[in-house]
Amino acid sequence: MIRAPAFLSGLGRFYIGLVLVFLYLPLIIMAAMSFNASPFYQLPFEGTTEWYAALAQNDGLIAATLNSLKIAVMTTILATVLGTAASLALFRYEFRGKRVLQALLFPPIAIPWLISGTAMLIFFFGTGIGRGLHAILLGHVALALPYVIIVVSARLQTFSKDLEDAAASLGASSWQTTRKVTLPCIAPGIVAGGLFAFAVSFDQFVVSYFLATPGQTTLPVEIYAAIRKGFTPEINAVSTIIIVFSMSLMLVVSRFFRFGGDQ
Amino acid sequence: MATTGTRRQNGLAKALPLLTPAYAWLTLAIFLPLSAMVYFSLLTSMSPSEQSSSLTLANYAAFFSDPLYATLLWRSLQLGLLVTLICVVVGFPAAYVLAKIFKGRAREAIFLLVILPFWSNSLVRVFSWSMVLREGGILDTALNAVLPFEVTFDLMYSFPAVVIGLVHSYLPYMVLTCYLSLQAIDDALIEAARSLGASRFTTLRRVVAPLALPGVLAGSALIFIPVVGSFMEPRILGGRGGTLYGTVIEDQFTAVYNWPLGAALSFILLAVVLAILLVSAPVLRKAA
Repeated sequence: MIRAPAFLSGLGRFYIGLVLVFLYLPLIIMAAMSFNASPFYQLPFEGTTEWYAALAQNDGLIAATLNSLKIAVMTTILATVLGTAASLALFRYEFRGKRVLQALLFPPIAIPWLISGTAMLIFFFGTGIGRGLHAILLGHVALALPYVIIVVSARLQTFSKDLEDAAASLGASSWQTTRKVTLPCIAPGIVAGGLFAFAVSFDQFVVSYFLATPGQTTLPVEIYAAIRKGFTPEINAVSTIIIVFSMSLMLVVSRFFRFGGDQ
Repeated sequence: MATTGTRRQNGLAKALPLLTPAYAWLTLAIFLPLSAMVYFSLLTSMSPSEQSSSLTLANYAAFFSDPLYATLLWRSLQLGLLVTLICVVVGFPAAYVLAKIFKGRAREAIFLLVILPFWSNSLVRVFSWSMVLREGGILDTALNAVLPFEVTFDLMYSFPAVVIGLVHSYLPYMVLTCYLSLQAIDDALIEAARSLGASRFTTLRRVVAPLALPGVLAGSALIFIPVVGSFMEPRILGGRGGTLYGTVIEDQFTAVYNWPLGAALSFILLAVVLAILLVSAPVLRKAA
């Protein structure tokens, strides 16, 4: 291949560096401020761990964090199972109205969350489903489903139907074929879809905001309330813990499944 | 034809058990709520608990009688366009470098670094900018430490602050979608163009850009749609000047409790977004 001259590729590397600095600068500053003694983020920097100690006492914030984790895990499981089943059906079978069904996956993505959230609020309120963690879970799974179906379907495109036919002709039942042939082949797609579902739920603020009630709330909603009332550095502390936790988790997962590499 | 007909029906019968759970869920959490919102936007009742309400178009009339709503909607659309444009200009070159200059492990590591912020918290990312941008904040202090003269640097609670925060939140989407379509371009095509005498710029414009267009457009849609309806970022970074169409809708549901008006305003926003998607659909189809 014709290689870019050294100065151009050097410039490219420098540019990527700048973009990464832009993406990570606020995160790094936030992490630093979680160890800064001044509650108003004043410089010069004075090291302390008092905000982490204060966090351990903040029951509301801890409860909201646990709620967020619970909902994200349940969303991941539900959206991955329902989404993978739907992707398999869309991959295997031909039927009238298939295109319509595929098009119906886009509204949850193509509608601003503000509108989905307020619409859910109106409908759940009016039908007696009500607000709270169960309503938030209902909403999150719906938002995550299209991502799972799109990612798993993309993976299925690289899977050959012949393998299923071969398994069937060798006497495997359709469930055995699915479990022993199809699912292992598309496992990276399922894991990637699950990770997206987790991210969609764990980071989701808008829909949760409209469906949360004072006792039943998630971390982003609690943080928003705190920012509007007057932000405390404990939020920096909890955010730092979460970012370190979720990034390490992603790094571990990516050791087993390659993303973005040449496949 | 008869056999295809039966096969098709057969297909549906087999597909239904696998499809029903997912689509039932979407119906309950997306499609029914949207229908309910349309109905609600036609109600007169001010409070959601009142049962004695009748149908009216007054909520839609309110949008057209008060120019403030249209002005704010226009501002939100401009914000969406501006943020999307900046993300294309910044994100496309980054995706290009990532897809065509980096190789192997380095590429994988940087790709992971770009998408990792998705798994952090968007609210916290937005808020952390306030520590950077305000007077006496990190950027102000850093600039004054370097520059020989005194400057006051205070972008906090301004329109640029909102734009910076939104670009920061949504840039990874653009890098991701552009990267996916750029990665799929065979290097041999680029080599062929170059060996036939095309300059770097011509190759980029005539070969790479058209092939990468679907990625750019997908990223643009993923960014433009949420930004038009954003209300959290303008509230945190925009201060008093951060009033946008999204914040007005939020107010109807959380502060003023005029749900029917909020529903009508939401539905107008939805109609405008859908109209924009429909208008750009032919372009999208041509690109795909």
